[in-house]
Amino acid sequence: MTESVSSNAKQDLLTAGDISDRQLEVMMNGMMSREIDRGELFFQCRRNESWSLEQGIVKNAGFSVSRGIGARAISGEKSGFAYADDIQLDVLEQTSSAARSIARTGSSQSTNLPLKRQLPEFYQGSDPIVSISQDEKVKLLSRIDKFTRSLDPRVKEVSVSINANHESTYIYSSDGTDQGDVRPLVRFGVSVVVEQNGRRENGSCGGGGRHDLSWLYENETAENFAREAVRQALVNLEAVDAPAGPMPVVLGPGWPGVLLHEAVGHGLEGDFNRKGTSTFSNRIGERVASPLCTIVDDATIPNRRGSLTIEDEGTPGQRTVLIENGVLRGYMQDKLNAKLMGVASTGNGRRESYAHQPMPRMTNTFMLAGESDPDEIVKSVDRGVYAKTFGGGQVDITSGQFVFSATEAYLIENGKITVPVKSATLIGNGPEIMTRVSMVGNDLELDLGVGVCGKEGQGVPVGVGQPTLKIDQITVGGTQT
Amino acid sequence: MTTSMVDVKDSAAAPAVHTSNDEERLKEFVERILTVAKNGGATAAEVTAGDDVGLDVKMREGDLDTVEFSRDRGFDITVYRGKRRGNASTTDTRDESIQEAVGAALAIAEHTEEDSYSGLADPDLLAVDFPDLDLYRCDPMDVEELKTAAGTAESIALDFDPKIYRSDGARASVSSNCVAYGNSLGFLHAYRSSNSSLYADVIAKSSNGMQRAAWFTMARQRSELDSPELVGTKAAENAIRKLDPRPIPTGEYPVLFDQTVAMGLILHLLNALSGRPQYLRSTYLLESLEKQVATTGVSLKEYPFIHGAMGSRAYDSEGVATSEKYFIENGIAKNYLLSSYSGRKLGMPSTGNAAGVCNLTVESEKLPLEEVLHQMGRGLVVNSLMGQGVNILTGDYSRGASGYWVENGEYAHAADELTIAGKLDEMYKNMVAFGDDVEIRRNIRTGSILISNMTVAAI
Repeated sequence: MTESVSSNAKQDLLTAGDISDRQLEVMMNGMMSREIDRGELFFQCRRNESWSLEQGIVKNAGFSVSRGIGARAISGEKSGFAYADDIQLDVLEQTSSAARSIARTGSSQSTNLPLKRQLPEFYQGSDPIVSISQDEKVKLLSRIDKFTRSLDPRVKEVSVSINANHESTYIYSSDGTDQGDVRPLVRFGVSVVVEQNGRRENGSCGGGGRHDLSWLYENETAENFAREAVRQALVNLEAVDAPAGPMPVVLGPGWPGVLLHEAVGHGLEGDFNRKGTSTFSNRIGERVASPLCTIVDDATIPNRRGSLTIEDEGTPGQRTVLIENGVLRGYMQDKLNAKLMGVASTGNGRRESYAHQPMPRMTNTFMLAGESDPDEIVKSVDRGVYAKTFGGGQVDITSGQFVFSATEAYLIENGKITVPVKSATLIGNGPEIMTRVSMVGNDLELDLGVGVCGKEGQGVPVGVGQPTLKIDQITVGGTQT
Repeated sequence: MTTSMVDVKDSAAAPAVHTSNDEERLKEFVERILTVAKNGGATAAEVTAGDDVGLDVKMREGDLDTVEFSRDRGFDITVYRGKRRGNASTTDTRDESIQEAVGAALAIAEHTEEDSYSGLADPDLLAVDFPDLDLYRCDPMDVEELKTAAGTAESIALDFDPKIYRSDGARASVSSNCVAYGNSLGFLHAYRSSNSSLYADVIAKSSNGMQRAAWFTMARQRSELDSPELVGTKAAENAIRKLDPRPIPTGEYPVLFDQTVAMGLILHLLNALSGRPQYLRSTYLLESLEKQVATTGVSLKEYPFIHGAMGSRAYDSEGVATSEKYFIENGIAKNYLLSSYSGRKLGMPSTGNAAGVCNLTVESEKLPLEEVLHQMGRGLVVNSLMGQGVNILTGDYSRGASGYWVENGEYAHAADELTIAGKLDEMYKNMVAFGDDVEIRRNIRTGSILISNMTVAAI
């Protein structure tokens, strides 16, 4: 029941600052007195605990708490923003100052309370930090360390980490928003260094989501991350120099969906399009990708890393179709940009913390499955690269150029996957590359839950996914010409 | 611990945001936390506490876009129970939160495992001299002044050329910072520092599409920054220079890293010489002291005591005294970057680099940029890099790049959607020329760097 989660979050946050409903109203009225379109107060408390093992010893662990308030006043396109680590009245005074300096014209907007209804929840609010004891965390790390080392004598270094995060938010806005959320987030990772005849390589694997830590004990989850990290590292021991230049590339399912995040995702965020600075600006209804591509942003998948029951402006998490059969259908919006573009928020208003302003951000972004058999896709390539695992990526939304870095890749020769190649960066232009998607597999997978997306210095957890894809031509940044 | 925020209306007359009283207050705060830790059973402890105030103003398309006030406070504590370690941090400085954080760190230290290398810094290495490094030159937190600076930079950029299509905003900011560090060995010190910065981000457009470029300047005070006119001009020039890229064939070429991206190149080298990857055997420069790791004739030296510089500090994040030293001298590795912990793992004393390097300076013969380009003749100038693609363990380098193509030592045309790839070891040994366009206001002080040969992949 969202209403109870929401009111619990509100209760906890306001009690810490000793703030009453009446005071909230007074604060808001203070902010709204200067021809401001909308005032917003964001209360947040986040607790985090992390443990790590290195060289056989659980040597580091830390606990952190961040608690504060971010206050924003919006007038047209302008924002006044102030934040502080105290949930106190003087912060609001500063915000009023900021607001005064931005407000020239604006229309006071009457409060219209939205209908409170029961909303679906996409995760449980219980605290994952205490879902297993500290003692058990230490035992788990040590057990996985020993397990990883037992997998292969070439394993020389093992690092294992476990992280649990619990966050409460409450948003009070002059547009009637009175919503909160309680979010768990956990992450587990294994990385290894292997050595053979003096050559050293690394491999890593991890996962997580909005749930507790008991998942690590189910179906050998933790052990499987270890197996995968070792497998990748051993593959890289055999890797030869990667080719350089344009060629066909087949991307495996799951995490390689970082392609979509970079090639189209950022370019479809409302702020860039409102300002006309994205390569996708003013292109709704146009064909921007091959007809095989349908891409969605979906905050409603249960327990996924990027999922949101209530996002950081108080809007419920949603599923938004971005590209349908190759045609651009919509952008991802927060309230500010939605209002200025005359549309509704799509529930993509996110912020790193109370110390940051919300922006349109992705949640879980992925391409729907197609019809091709993944083996047939590989068979269709004469000479190219099969990229199975990626590190991160980056995009310049103005020129449309994006990169992503393969950390496990192979040559395809005569329709067969042959030798592994060294890690290489792939570069392309988003809209161009999306028109060159010529085959889409029937094997949609979402990633394992480790993604962090950065934008204007703010990091937020996200998910990506895709089926196996074939891109007819993209530039591979190896050394072999 | 409270600081007075400045009201917008009369901020021109505002006093400095932090005074020496704040240093004293922050030191008392650190002492109080250390006492709580000791009373709770810690055999040793160290605390860093901070108090930062800032103002950031963004102008976009000639109008105010955002005004942001910030105040960040908090502390970080590490406690030891013998050789077991626990850490906690909080942004909440109320008494009950101090108890909560210290309690959490102590609870963790009951569960972590004994690590014979852990512990506070060697007492003999702690700083005892605290020269005034003149790091606090805080400008007034004045919205109008910042609006003027950002607005000027933006309008200069927009008016620079008809090809400048729009601005994605110019921002000006000021921050005032106070930090204290203390440990149970009796070390306790605090100091203030300030930052001012100015940034402009513009978009140029032609029939072949849009290109974005930015220029950024940062210093201890506004008067040391590049002027708003220069910031606007540089951003606009760079955006126009990226328009109408033309293809180049995939191949092996000399590559010039311009000054803004050369800093990153030097950082990868410093990472490879850092203590942690050394003891984890995860660097291509394993056990490389006294070995050649870069071109003969190039040295990397740090200067922690330069007055008013961005990278100056008298001690690192463990209280260890900093010192002038070479990491690389004439191409030969002379020192790793060590903290107390990584030093002990490697059987060496800390180098006072637990918080990184201080005013790291690339020393070599330097030429005017035009001469470096002339020496290159035909090749690629990179001024923007994208993605990760740097593997310190294997030394493999492959990143997205854009910039411009040079023929006969002169700008020929823009080039983008490229990758550049190579081996770090070879790249650093093939640094064949250094530009004199050094940015001394940054913590990594380098000009442009020419690498004789890399693989460039293009469409």
